Amino acid sequence: MTDATSGPDVNSGPTPDNALREADAAEKKGPMLAADGTPLKKSLMRALRREKLRALMLIAPLLIFVLVTFIAPIADMLFRSVENEIVAETLPRTVVALEDWDYASGEAPDEDVFAAFYVDMVEAEEFKVHTRLGSRLNYETTGISSLFRKSGRGVGRMDTDEYTDAFIDLDPAWEDPAVWMELMAADTTSEILPETNSAWDSWLRILKENDDNVAEEEPEDFLYAMLYRDLTRNSDAVAAYDGPQAALLQAAAEATADIPEVSIKEQFLDIDDDWGDTEVWGTIKAFSPKYTSGYFLSSVDLKLTPDGVEQQPDNQKIYLLLFKRTMFMSLTIMVSCILLGYPVAYLLSNLPMRVSSLLMILVLLPFWTSLLVRTSAWKVLLQQQGVINDILVWVGLVADNNRLVMINNQFGTIVAMTHILLPFMILPLYSVMKTIPPSYVRAAKSLGATPWTAFWRVYFPQSVPGIGAGSILVFILAIGYYITPELVGGTTGTFISNRIAYHISSSLNWGLAAALGTILLVVVLLLYWVYDKIVGIDNVSLG
Amino acid sequence: MDGSAANDAFVEFDRVQKSYDGETLVVKDLNLSIGRGEFLTMLGPSGSGKTTCLMMLAGFETATHGEIRLGGQEINNIPPHKRGIGMVFQNYALFPHMTVAENLAFPLEVRKMGKSEREEKVKRALDMVQMGSFGGRRPAQLSGGQQQRIALARALVFEAELVLMDEPLGALDKQLREHMQFEIKHIADNLGITVVYVTHDQTEALTMSDRVAVFQDGRIQQLDPPDVLYEEPQNSFVAQFIGENNTLNGTVKSMTADKAVVELDNGEMIDTVPVNVNAVGDRTLVSIRPERVEFNKDRLAPDAHTLKAEVLEFIYMGDIYRTRLRVAGNDDFIVKTRNAPDQRRLKAGEMLEIGWRPQDCRALDA
Repeated sequence: MTDATSGPDVNSGPTPDNALREADAAEKKGPMLAADGTPLKKSLMRALRREKLRALMLIAPLLIFVLVTFIAPIADMLFRSVENEIVAETLPRTVVALEDWDYASGEAPDEDVFAAFYVDMVEAEEFKVHTRLGSRLNYETTGISSLFRKSGRGVGRMDTDEYTDAFIDLDPAWEDPAVWMELMAADTTSEILPETNSAWDSWLRILKENDDNVAEEEPEDFLYAMLYRDLTRNSDAVAAYDGPQAALLQAAAEATADIPEVSIKEQFLDIDDDWGDTEVWGTIKAFSPKYTSGYFLSSVDLKLTPDGVEQQPDNQKIYLLLFKRTMFMSLTIMVSCILLGYPVAYLLSNLPMRVSSLLMILVLLPFWTSLLVRTSAWKVLLQQQGVINDILVWVGLVADNNRLVMINNQFGTIVAMTHILLPFMILPLYSVMKTIPPSYVRAAKSLGATPWTAFWRVYFPQSVPGIGAGSILVFILAIGYYITPELVGGTTGTFISNRIAYHISSSLNWGLAAALGTILLVVVLLLYWVYDKIVGIDNVSLG
Repeated sequence: MDGSAANDAFVEFDRVQKSYDGETLVVKDLNLSIGRGEFLTMLGPSGSGKTTCLMMLAGFETATHGEIRLGGQEINNIPPHKRGIGMVFQNYALFPHMTVAENLAFPLEVRKMGKSEREEKVKRALDMVQMGSFGGRRPAQLSGGQQQRIALARALVFEAELVLMDEPLGALDKQLREHMQFEIKHIADNLGITVVYVTHDQTEALTMSDRVAVFQDGRIQQLDPPDVLYEEPQNSFVAQFIGENNTLNGTVKSMTADKAVVELDNGEMIDTVPVNVNAVGDRTLVSIRPERVEFNKDRLAPDAHTLKAEVLEFIYMGDIYRTRLRVAGNDDFIVKTRNAPDQRRLKAGEMLEIGWRPQDCRALDA
């Protein structure tokens, strides 16, 4: 009926036949309907909704548990690896003021930046957050931590009290908090006295933190310093001002010419010469955005500097080495596990039940022993005065003064971790091999294959899913292993995870730890993806 | 293939014994000669030792004692892959990671055969089992019957003279199984190969074999062509195991070479063929096939001895009627009659006189 040029219906109107056909067509095109006329899909959904809800209720505890203890921490970690709000939060004015400063000029920022920094530091010092910021920036440029601590002590003892004295000498009203409150409450003062106004907000926050009453506390030096700066620079606007305390303000503005300027920059330089160092300011500027790639760059031995991304100095490059070492050692451990585990799993699955159960217990025994005990046992075995060296010396293979170093290096870590992770290889292999009927190998032999050919062409390909499962398991466990490398790894056998742990618990550089962890996570996911592409994840079987 | 191929022995078991645990014998003193081109079936209940015999022949089990010879050569110490024996396994054992063609090429490949020759042979083998277009499939994509054909083709593709089959049709449904029975038989006949076939299905054994070896308790109970096996069972186990069988307990009263008079437990005297009874006074199990029992007086010999029987149950089975009777105290006496237009349908409770030819009634060991 869509083809209007053909058929007998063209000229006549709709016939009963037509209507029937149309109804038929509608039924074919439209959604299937249930008996009551609602679409079948909807009807089915409604029927299944209760079941789905009940299923959801059943898994809800686990789901919540996983969300809280797994998904949320990972999300938090991923976020921490780029999060960098501390600079902008602690030094809001400085960050804005630094926008106009050019690191490449090779000169320290001007007075405006220092003025902004002064107010920021006063507030930060009061809230004791300047030390935290110092520690944070110290990750990027060493020495900033102590610089900030020192400056925190110094900001209260600056010569800015000269302004205070000068203003009060001019008019004692300046000592009255009420005058300040009136002045700051006025609508236009935020425009004509922007820095003072901003500093006043800080002052209010400080007082609130200390549970002090604004009306009772004498304004501090930094307010006068900002007032001085505003009055000298906005004299025209002040002259036009007609709000409350206009006379007082205009009088002060006229008097500023007689008040000698106290350079805040000089004050900071008095506290520490480093404030004249462009490196310090460059670092603050480079890390002022709320999100930073700095942690990730550090994770790959790069450095975010005011000049852009640079290589770390050679003596500080460790992360790429550690990543490579982690990959290399994990692969070595994985391969060792395959080589050692395959024959055991083969025996397990082919021996009579009684013998294989005994063997299985031997495989599982290490599983039931504490990880620490097993690792310590390897220490006893492998150390220079240990069992193996003693035997080698006794046999005469090794000279007493030339005992082998087998622990606290890569070798020790690989040996201990292979032993610890071996069951994770054997068990998947075993469960896969258990499902390979002996008749396959028999068939191959009956077809003329030698035992080796029968194994290699027929048995082995069918056990590959087990190797895949075991390898993924062992590799992923190994890549994030911490305790064993920590105990027997020495300096050459440590993993990236040991470095992460160091940043989590010792250096407290959580951002870097998060970035390292994120990279590790991405690497694992990437390998998983590659494995899926090459072998196919459907070919992984745990039995 | 006339059953007396023993003088042209291709496969020989000579006093073969097998024990797994050193305490009991699974195969006890097996002597068996299989002729070239013969289709021999090893039939028996599970645990009777038939599969063990097959595995010893294939080389997957070693004989504890005795010799196994193939074409006159002792093969006890030859590993399986050098025996050149084709084998079809119960679950087919098609390699799941190879395609059908790769499966078939495998035995040729390990024999270092050239590629073109290999491909040709694979194609011919596939055509033989009418699976020519399935070469690229994986075994998992085939139905049970198709897998069966491929397994057969694989066992035949390298032109083994001897093919062993270990319950190859066990996993198929009845109709397909019957179809495959004929097919295997025809292929074996056409190729002239020797087949040793293991099954516990007596119909299969009777249908396909030149000779059947009935195994029980590690021994061959009887080795005969199917018709002999069925009609002249040598002992009560074979009589019971092959086909359906009616048994009556009794005691031998008198005995000549071709006739033994047996007193049934209810006192009736009947004539039997003495098969497996030794002396007067022996307890015996008299065996009569259900289809040899007659209740139509006209068809019985005039002097035939008859027994009283009560109809307990009449079962209509389509092509035959199956009637359960009580005869001489035995409630499970079965009579099978053909569903013919003139055949009477018996009713439960009816009293009958039944009889049979004396030569159909065999006195076996009790």
